[in-house]
Amino acid sequence: MSRKTLTRRQFVATTAMSSAALITAPYVRGAYAAGKLSIGFWDHWVPGANKASTDLVNEWAAKEKVEVSIDYITSNNKKLELTVAAEAQAKSGHDILQMPTWWPHAYADNLEPVNDIMEPIIKQNGDVNDTVKYLGQAGGKWLAVPATVGSQIKGPCSRIDLMKKHAGIDVQEMYPVGGPPKVDNWTMETFLKAAEACHKAGFAFGIGLGETTDSVDTAGAIFQSFGADLVNAKGDVTVKTDAVRQALEFYKRLIAVLPADAASWDDASNNKWLISGRGAMILNPPSSWAVAKRDAPQVAEQCWTHGFPAGPKGRFAPFLPYFWGVWSFGKNKEAAKSLLTHLSQPSSIEKFVAVSGGYDLPAFANMTKLKTWAEEGPPKGTLFHYPDPYKHQTMSIAASPAPPKIAQQIYSQATLTKLALRYARGETIEQALAWAEGECEGFMRS
Amino acid sequence: MAFFLTLPLILLIALFVLYPAFYSMHLATLNKSMQKFVGLGNFTFLFKRDTFWMVVRQSCIFAITAVFFKALMGFIVAHFVHNLPAKGQRKWRGMLLVPWVIPPAMSTLAWLWLFDPSYSAFNYTLSFFGVGPIPWLGDTFWARFSVILVNVWYGAPFFMIMYLAALKSVPDQLYEAAAIDGANWWQRIWYVTLPMMRNIIAITTLFSLIVTFANFDIVRILTSGGPLDSTHLFATWAFQVGIQSSDIPLGACVSLFMVPILAVAAIFILRDVNKRGNEA
Repeated sequence: MSRKTLTRRQFVATTAMSSAALITAPYVRGAYAAGKLSIGFWDHWVPGANKASTDLVNEWAAKEKVEVSIDYITSNNKKLELTVAAEAQAKSGHDILQMPTWWPHAYADNLEPVNDIMEPIIKQNGDVNDTVKYLGQAGGKWLAVPATVGSQIKGPCSRIDLMKKHAGIDVQEMYPVGGPPKVDNWTMETFLKAAEACHKAGFAFGIGLGETTDSVDTAGAIFQSFGADLVNAKGDVTVKTDAVRQALEFYKRLIAVLPADAASWDDASNNKWLISGRGAMILNPPSSWAVAKRDAPQVAEQCWTHGFPAGPKGRFAPFLPYFWGVWSFGKNKEAAKSLLTHLSQPSSIEKFVAVSGGYDLPAFANMTKLKTWAEEGPPKGTLFHYPDPYKHQTMSIAASPAPPKIAQQIYSQATLTKLALRYARGETIEQALAWAEGECEGFMRS
Repeated sequence: MAFFLTLPLILLIALFVLYPAFYSMHLATLNKSMQKFVGLGNFTFLFKRDTFWMVVRQSCIFAITAVFFKALMGFIVAHFVHNLPAKGQRKWRGMLLVPWVIPPAMSTLAWLWLFDPSYSAFNYTLSFFGVGPIPWLGDTFWARFSVILVNVWYGAPFFMIMYLAALKSVPDQLYEAAAIDGANWWQRIWYVTLPMMRNIIAITTLFSLIVTFANFDIVRILTSGGPLDSTHLFATWAFQVGIQSSDIPLGACVSLFMVPILAVAAIFILRDVNKRGNEA
C-alpha cells in the first residue's frame, strides 16, 4: 500500500486554498440547512381546513430549507389547553403552539416577545381590534401573533323565515349583502321582543346558560352592552352597580323565553338546536350553518349571520381570537418567527378564510372584506356581515376589561352566566350579587 | 440480593406514584404564578370559599349514594345470577359485565345523547306517556340524579362479580343447617350470607368509594360540573380551577384534599377487616 506524504509547504497551500474557497463560494444549503421546527396547531372543526395550514407551512419550509413537523391538537375537552400547560411546565415541546384567548397571558413568562414581527404585520394588514390587543399584549410587548385560523365572532345566526314570520324582522334587509347594516332599531329591547315572539311560536332562541364558552361569550356581550363589568380595568370589584342590576333584569326576562334546559347546554347544543329546525336564532360562528348545509340544507338556506343588538352602552360582539405563540425555550425561534410572518401575509389569510368556508377570521382591519364572505351560500351572502365589514360593533370578550389574569377566572368559571341563572332561578338580586362579589374577590389571588 | 430483585418495583413506584404525589404537594404550596412558596396558604384560601365546601358536600353525596346503590344492585343481581342454572350462567355473567368493560368516556357519551336537550331519547319515550320533557342535565336535582345513575350503571357490575365470587364460597352446609333450624329467606341472608360476605363487602366498598370519590369522566362529559356548580366533584373542580383557569397550585390543592378524606375511610374499613381477620 503506497502512502503519500504531505510536505509542510503543500499543507499550508492546501489549507489556504480551502479557506479561500469556503469564504468566496456562494452559500450552498442542504435540504434542511435551517434546522427543524415543530408546530402544534389547533385541529380545525371544518373538514379539510387543516390542509390550508399544512400547504402554507410546507411552501414556506421548502423555500427556507427547514424540516417541519405539525401536530394538529384538538380543543375537545381542553386537550389544547392541557398541552399548553404541560409544555410550559416541562419547558419543552413545540416551537410554535397555537393557543386560545387567555393563554398567552397565562403563560406570558414562557413566551418569546414578537414585537419585531407584529409591527410590520400590522403595518401591512391594518390594526387589530382592542380585544386582540387586550389578550395578546402585556406591558407593551406582543406575547403572540393573532392567528386567523380558529378566530371567530359569535354573532347571531338567524332563521330568515322564522324571524320574519314570528318577530316581524327582515334580517336580510337589516344586514344587506354589499351594503352597510341598517340597525337603528336593532336593540336589546327589539331582540328580547323577538325572543318572546319566537318562543311563543315554538321556535325559542337557542342561547345556552351553561359553563362552556358559547354561553359565557353571549353573557359577556350582553353585560357589556349594559356597561356591566364585574371587575373593572384597575382590578376593583364592581359587582354591585346599577349597570349590573340592569343587565340581570334583562337576562331574567330573556331566560324566561329560552329552552327549559338551557342551563345544561354545551357548545354543541346551540348548533343542534338550529340544525334540528327548533330555533329561530343562535349566537355562534358559522360552523352550525356549515353543518346544516350538509345535514339539513333546507335549514341552511334560511340562515343569515349578522351583528349583535345594541344595548344602552353600545353594540358589542364576542370576538374569540386564537394566537400563535413562540416558546422562549424553543430551539428555533428565528425560523418560528419567519413562519408566523408567512402565515400572516394577506395571501395566506385569504387562503385560510377560503378553505374554512369563511369560518376563520383575521384580526386585522384591512382583511374584513374578502370575497369568500360575500360569495358563500346558500343563501348567497349569508356570511357577508360575519366579519363586521362596516365595523359597527365593538369586538369584545366576556369579563374584559378586568386585568386578564382575573378575567380568565371569571370567564372560565362562567361567573356571568351563573350570576344570571341564580337571579332567574329565584335568588334575590342582592343574594346573587353577593355571591358574585365573593367569587370575584376570590379571583384576586396572585 | 433481595433488594436488587425488588429494585424494579421500587423504581416504578418511585416514578409513577411517589414523584407525582410529592410534585403535586410541592405545587400545592406555591402561589398562583408558581414563583413563591406560600406554605399552606392555598388550603386556608380554599377553606374560605363557599364553592369549595359545596364541592366537598357534593363529592360526599355523590360517592356515598352511588356506592350504596352500586352495592345494593350488585348484591341483588349477584343473587339472581347465583341462582341461575350453571349451564347458562357464564353468558349472563358476561353480559352483565358489559357496562364495566366499556371505557366510561365512551359509554358516558351514549348517556349524554340519551339526556340530550334537543334529541333526548328518554324524553321522546316519556312524551308518549304524557310525561316531561325532563331537564335531565339542566336542573340541579335531575343533574345530580343523572350523574349518579350513570355511575351506578357503570360500577354495579364490579360489585356483582365480587359478590358472586363471595356467594360461591359460602359453604352449602351453612344454608342446610339454617334450613333445619327453620330459618326463612330473610334470616338466611341476615345470619348466614351477610356475615360470610362481610370482608368482601368492606373491601369492595372501600375500593369503590375511592374510585367514585375521584370520578372525573362521567361528570365532565355529562354536565362539566353544572348547572350552577351543583354536580362538581373534587376532580372536575380541580380541573376547572387548575387547567381552565390556569391556577395549577389551587387545582393541586383541591385534588389533594381528597387524600385525608379517603385515608380516614380506608383506616376505618381496613381496621374492621383486620379485626375480623384476627377474630377468625
